[in-house]
Amino acid sequence: MTKNKTIKVDYLARVEGEGALYIRYDDGGVHDVKLKIFEPPRFFEGFMRGRDYLEAPDITARICGICPVAYQMSAVHAMEDALGLKPTAELRALRRLIYCGEWIESHTLHIYMLHAPDFLGYPSAVDMARDHPKVVQNGLQIKKAGNAIVSLLGGREIHPINVRVGGFYRVPSAGELRPLREQLVEARDMAADTVRWAASLPFPKFERDDHNRYEFVSLSHPSEYPMNEGRIVSTHGLDIAPAEYDSHFREEHVEYTNALHSVLVARGAYLVGPMARYNLNYAQLSPLTQQVAEEVGFPPYCANPFKSIVVRSLEVLYAFDEALRIIDSYRQPREPYLAIAPHAGTGYAVTEAPRGLLYHRYSICDQGKITDAKIVPPTSQNQKTIEDDLRTLLPKFLHLPEDKLRARCEQAIRNYDPCISCATHFLKLHMRRATGGANHGS
Amino acid sequence: MVQHSRTVTGSPAQKPKLAVWKFASCDGCQLSLLDCEDELLQLADHVEIAYFMEASSRQQAGPYDLSLVEGSITTAEDARRIREVRAQSRALVTIGACATAGGIQALRNFADVDEFIAVVYAHPEYIATLKTSTPISAHVPVDFELHGCPINKKQLLEVISAFLHRRRPQVPPHSVCIECKLRGNVCVWVAHGTPCMGPVTHAGCGALCPTYNRGCYGCFGPKENPNTESLCHWWRSELGTDKATLIENLRNFNASAPVFDAASRRLEQGSDKK
Repeated sequence: MTKNKTIKVDYLARVEGEGALYIRYDDGGVHDVKLKIFEPPRFFEGFMRGRDYLEAPDITARICGICPVAYQMSAVHAMEDALGLKPTAELRALRRLIYCGEWIESHTLHIYMLHAPDFLGYPSAVDMARDHPKVVQNGLQIKKAGNAIVSLLGGREIHPINVRVGGFYRVPSAGELRPLREQLVEARDMAADTVRWAASLPFPKFERDDHNRYEFVSLSHPSEYPMNEGRIVSTHGLDIAPAEYDSHFREEHVEYTNALHSVLVARGAYLVGPMARYNLNYAQLSPLTQQVAEEVGFPPYCANPFKSIVVRSLEVLYAFDEALRIIDSYRQPREPYLAIAPHAGTGYAVTEAPRGLLYHRYSICDQGKITDAKIVPPTSQNQKTIEDDLRTLLPKFLHLPEDKLRARCEQAIRNYDPCISCATHFLKLHMRRATGGANHGS
Repeated sequence: MVQHSRTVTGSPAQKPKLAVWKFASCDGCQLSLLDCEDELLQLADHVEIAYFMEASSRQQAGPYDLSLVEGSITTAEDARRIREVRAQSRALVTIGACATAGGIQALRNFADVDEFIAVVYAHPEYIATLKTSTPISAHVPVDFELHGCPINKKQLLEVISAFLHRRRPQVPPHSVCIECKLRGNVCVWVAHGTPCMGPVTHAGCGALCPTYNRGCYGCFGPKENPNTESLCHWWRSELGTDKATLIENLRNFNASAPVFDAASRRLEQGSDKK
């Protein structure tokens, strides 16, 4: 009989939100893995009911301070789907631009401040900066450039105020966008250097067996690297429209965590996020991005989650390239937004948040009040895969001393850039009032 | 609110210790600190970032010279934890709408629990939560409250600097209207008839919404001495705004700020059926 051992991390650092880890194992194998999310639920889907459809992007932004644009994008697209509105090509381009800004900001935060310290053995980016000042300073400048895009288009980096159902409250002139250009060109060079630097980090060997391969799930668009539109596809043959999401994915309520686990009805755990997007859409990346990937010898398919830091750095490079393309071909929309009188309907949208698929579904009544809301963030979709990774990983690293083993487990969780604030918001508080209050429109 | 005296260890030669705490929130206000891309490393030269879970896996034990607290209290455990944080902090500053007013999650405070037919989860017994979301000041004394959903990062640096130098932070308590005037904005209300919360809303954002052609929706919470009654009157009589929209604007990210809370309840209970 071998002695039972446990790995416990009561409060995971360098992730967004409050989570803990519990693993029970012995020489015979791993017996229990729990990624516990103790972040208190905030019941967004409950209190969205009765609110105005125009408030959806402002309210859902508050689910996550790191990726508010993602919530705003999924919210406006779902509302537009419900109303039968189709934004013009010019408005679409601006939305893509603000999303580029958020991908840059969020990915760079994770690359430099949350994930890199694991590879180089520091507790934080600030500590890392003592030995690698240039690296950290470059990271901060790249992040700043991403935030500059979000601020210019959205008004501010966190919880932008300019995103509206139908478009924007105000659209910039070409002259207003131009000053961004120089900053982005410079940051794009730093982003290319980030790829080179990230590719040189020491990566643990970690592959899953053939019978246990990841199912990568992401959006796919015929002519673009996916952000706001496309079909949901997977490496295992899934190919559905966003409106079909509910019949293919199911959420399970598990005892030890305040976040629901999302699974594919047909096959169980799956993986969303940068690696899934990259593996399923490599051909849509810009020539520069592919060229830098080739230069560092990074293949078009990556199944080692520890290398997700390289994939993120390639997506940052792509986002700069794409942002510059949009700015250079920008035509100011004639109207800042399309408007339509609200009418009853249900709308669906999936967009690619920095961390992966973000599903929103809303029903509204003829007065434009929300009668039902459903939101599935990326982190709840990755939770099962993170636990499976830990199960697979642990036996391969049992030779490590316990503190190193625990650190390796934490790093394996950070591979997914889990956003626990996102994952937790959505436990449902269903309430039905005996009499409708004035603010509960329908 | 001024705190009774507390003992803080550490010689003057040591850097002051900064701690960042999270309760129910979106992480956005603490992210504001990491969003200070030009100042972060410099700040770290002057203060010891002793406890900041989102940014570092090394935590130093208290006491702390300055604690920044994000998030509201929504669980019994968090109600206990904030007392512990207070006991370890020489100065405690709340950052953002959640910590100062309960945040958007305080919308639960307006749901009458007796009217719940059911609280439905797949397994409600797995969830531990309080029926209310309350600001930090409802639980412990607070030395300064920084408004905003999210806070303004420049104001955050000002507050940190002020507390480290033991001076009052320069954070103007006037309304968003003043910021519009300072920015040279055309008034969206007067010129376009757009309903705007600016007259009663705390400054700090730089009048962002009016600058982007939309009405302020009050994410910085009430300014000092706001006249919400007059605002409600003008919105209804002058702009013809319906009651539901007005309540939605008072009842969002600072819904439980006492002044907004009272105004929205007055409207809800009022006889006006418009």
